[in-house]
Amino acid sequence: MQISGGPARLPWWGWMAPRLVMLLVVSSLCSPAARADALVSAAYLALVPQHRPPSSALEPPPADAGLQGARLGMADNQTTGRFTHQVFRLDESVQPDAAGVLAAARQMAAAGQRLFITDLPAPLLLQVSALPEMREALLLDATSEDDSLRGADCRANVVHLLPSRAMLADALMQFLAVKRWRNLLLVTGPAEADRSYADALRRSARKFQLRIVADKPWAFEPGAQRTDTGHLTIGAEVARFTQGLSYDVLVVADTENGFGDDLAFRMTDPRPVAGTHGLVPAAWARPFEQWGATQLQTRFLRQAGRWMTTHDYGAWMAGRAIGEAASRGGETGVATYIRGPAFGLAAFKGMRLRFRDWDGQLRQPVLLADARSLVSVSPQPGYLHQTSELDTLGIDRPETACKL
Amino acid sequence: MQALTWGRALLRVLLVAPVPLLVLGGATRAERLLISNEKDNTITLVDGDTLAVTATVKVGDRPRGIVLSKDGRSLYICTSDSDHIEVLDLATLTVSRVLPSGPDPELFALSPDGATLYVSNENDNLVSVLDIPCGRITTEIPVGVEPEGMGLSPDGTILVNTSETTSMAHFIDTRTHEILANVLVGSRPRVARFTADGRQVWVSAEVGGTVSVIDAARRQVVHTIGFAIPGVPAESVQPVGIVLTPDQATAFVALGPANRVAVVDAHSYEIRKYLLVGQRVWNLALSGDGKRLFTTNGVSNDMSVIDVAALRVTKSVPVGRLPWGVVVAP
Repeated sequence: MQISGGPARLPWWGWMAPRLVMLLVVSSLCSPAARADALVSAAYLALVPQHRPPSSALEPPPADAGLQGARLGMADNQTTGRFTHQVFRLDESVQPDAAGVLAAARQMAAAGQRLFITDLPAPLLLQVSALPEMREALLLDATSEDDSLRGADCRANVVHLLPSRAMLADALMQFLAVKRWRNLLLVTGPAEADRSYADALRRSARKFQLRIVADKPWAFEPGAQRTDTGHLTIGAEVARFTQGLSYDVLVVADTENGFGDDLAFRMTDPRPVAGTHGLVPAAWARPFEQWGATQLQTRFLRQAGRWMTTHDYGAWMAGRAIGEAASRGGETGVATYIRGPAFGLAAFKGMRLRFRDWDGQLRQPVLLADARSLVSVSPQPGYLHQTSELDTLGIDRPETACKL
Repeated sequence: MQALTWGRALLRVLLVAPVPLLVLGGATRAERLLISNEKDNTITLVDGDTLAVTATVKVGDRPRGIVLSKDGRSLYICTSDSDHIEVLDLATLTVSRVLPSGPDPELFALSPDGATLYVSNENDNLVSVLDIPCGRITTEIPVGVEPEGMGLSPDGTILVNTSETTSMAHFIDTRTHEILANVLVGSRPRVARFTADGRQVWVSAEVGGTVSVIDAARRQVVHTIGFAIPGVPAESVQPVGIVLTPDQATAFVALGPANRVAVVDAHSYEIRKYLLVGQRVWNLALSGDGKRLFTTNGVSNDMSVIDVAALRVTKSVPVGRLPWGVVVAP
């Protein structure tokens, strides 16, 4: 599948097409020296996401999370491109298995593709980045939060758009420290990603001197979702699970939405929930409207017919990073410009975002939001740093395990 | 058709005529400062002499851009979330008229004859041209994504609109409504301001952290001003409001969450000084005599007063929540 050239042909811009046509006429009339548009091409490379069924059937995860964000990012680029005489093209490749991803990556790289927006699990991302064809390419990892990809497993041809788990955990712990909610009950789910998330929380609790008073795995079988009076069972389980513990906040690591929604109001003592559920540290959140974010929320909703997810936001940032580099550094120097000192991404966070040169991570503020409201934005005021306050979140230069 | 044109011409004359009367009559009365409070949905009026708040007027939702009518009797207000423009009668302090604006109006520019407002529709990638006497939108000009800043040349022939996501300053012919040139500036451009002689346009870039000085005839960036403040992180330097003194010697640039106003030599482009003001300083206005500069500080909910000759901050005046725009009415 290929999404092609001229903006008027882009299907997700159908609503704007008449206006665009008008504008194209105007701009072609007034460009004094008509010159051929330069092509800026990027690929969207993804593995079809494998979701375990979440405990709540209310919001099934969208099948095109990520892809829609990349499309919008490239469409936004095109609005600058039509004035700078650049055409942005996104080649989409969403594969059902790892072999398909590797084959598609090889094929596109052999055809000259150098910019890949990826939605891949960590091991597959590493395999793709190690392909000989990828030596000259730049992979913009749009969806992973994996700390190892920014640490021992970092790669020179990969940059990361979304905050790492370490950054998310630090964003939450800074907030809890400011609130002086210092005693935590940590509840960790069975998935590997749950364990990584919990590791990040433990590291961050030490960093900001919060106390994990109890560290408990969640071992209950989820069982059937729609049994009559099932609420009695789960209510009793959570009450027993939290009995006899003295803590301020229940911090949960449940990345697959298996049980996190079932904790609030069921525990023995009345305590708030934070982590993957309740108060969630994230790059993007539905209630977020600050710093012009309303514009992006609205544009996305119009294009995709659903709300923007974190993965969409990561892919949108990846697309916009390519556009920003192409319009300022020229279409051939995108990969160099992105990691250079002049790069700055406007991503509705109230400041310019740049990549850390020690691990390829985009430094950025992290939102703290629940389902219906934005609660806070970290770094919290007062957490100072000698170079950038954003570097109080995540793994800083002196402690990185990444050797590029 | 002929009758309509005559009618409009007459209305224009009526709109323009009171100006000299007002200048004569204004000598005895103190200036008034008008501040839009984005969060409170109000306009705060401050006495220019005593700097006391004299009135707080409830208006539509999320008032941001404000501009004074040419006769000085009304204030046009972009009430962004109400999706229209309100006209505040400054004698009665009531909203006397509601004008269409297109969706989500944020900033606008008033033509020198006082009869046309050029409005940026942030949500719709358009600049709307509003005929004030007729109260209707006559043209929509498609521009880049998230149009924001609006600067009009002193003779009213060239409109410069900035679009935030596209990072462009669009030069628009106000007669033909055609885009004449698109100039790439820093990320998230906010305010466009012509110099009094019309030779330059200064454009602030909030996320880029710069001000681009554009030669208005060649439509090219001739200089990019950067800002570095000891002890302030580079990310916090977010230029928004720009004001140039009438003699074109000095420019003042509001630097957002850096909480400072930069004083720039408008000839050498060198920074002469950074003035510490309230938190998240956003927009600026000079007093009629050019001796004082007023700033809106969105996070500290106040207005700072700067002595222009001494380059000193002399006072801060609490206003509404999230003050956004400020204008001085004679």
